Amino acid sequence: MRWLWIDAILLHEPAKRLVAVKNVSLAEEHLHQHFAAGADGPAQPLMPATLMLEGMAQTAGILVGSVRNFAEKVILAKVTEAVFEQDVAPGQSIRYDAVIERLDDMGASTKGVISRWDHRDGAWTDIGRTEIIFSHVDQNRAGLELPEHNFVFGENFRAILGGLLPRGAGQASAR
Amino acid sequence: MTQDEIFGKVRTVLVDALGVDEEEVTMGARLTTDLHAESIDFLDIVFRIEKAFGFKIGQGELFPDNINDPKYVQDGVVNANGLALLRERMPHVDFSEFAKNPKLEKVSEIFTVASLVSFVAAKLQAGSPAKSSAAKLA
Repeated sequence: MRWLWIDAILLHEPAKRLVAVKNVSLAEEHLHQHFAAGADGPAQPLMPATLMLEGMAQTAGILVGSVRNFAEKVILAKVTEAVFEQDVAPGQSIRYDAVIERLDDMGASTKGVISRWDHRDGAWTDIGRTEIIFSHVDQNRAGLELPEHNFVFGENFRAILGGLLPRGAGQASAR
Repeated sequence: MTQDEIFGKVRTVLVDALGVDEEEVTMGARLTTDLHAESIDFLDIVFRIEKAFGFKIGQGELFPDNINDPKYVQDGVVNANGLALLRERMPHVDFSEFAKNPKLEKVSEIFTVASLVSFVAAKLQAGSPAKSSAAKLA
């Protein structure tokens, strides 16, 4: 099962913007190691920034893939900016708001804003921002030999993609 | 826009895209061997130059497209036809050194900061939108 770091898609403006949300729960194993109790003090469970970056990459990657009906293999190529200014704790939610800056045959550049919902405040607070470049990997110049089927947007992505995924999309070249 | 102004903007693009210091970005610096650009950085550089100068760059126009076609490349070496096409499509690049030992794997090493400045100057002078067929060798 692929790691999915978004729970639901909230908004989709085709070829422009995708907004997804993730709820952070203390039941998630990784929070017990990040950070565990130790000589420094009691446990301090916090959502790792690296996994928030992965959540944004999945959100923006789905947006980029959706432009061409998931026919392209969309691979994260480069994180040109990733800034995290505040923490996210269990009981809070994360919103990933991704927009496409530019897209062509070679790939796409995206910008993202990461926000945090706190039930006590009842408000979203912006806590980070990203700039991520994706490659349409079959078009890249490196000449890599890759599987013919679309391993990026496979079967295990279908639950989250829901209505975004046309019948048969991403599977056209599968064997 | 003068060449110095173009160079200044190109330098900012490369500092931002490659994380290099301004002093490293000289006209003669090679993008790969001197400034440590990797293949994916070329896509980033294309995007940033478009944004900085306000024009569109067609696929394969600034950097060569997939050129691994038997018509142009045999046993990993770019042949005379391939070289002729590269020169025709990419006049902003000096292929003279590359032509002496035209191994395909070395093609990305020929791009210098001067190549980018020359490309931008020609684009600004032409003032026309990118042609999608440019340098489509594959």
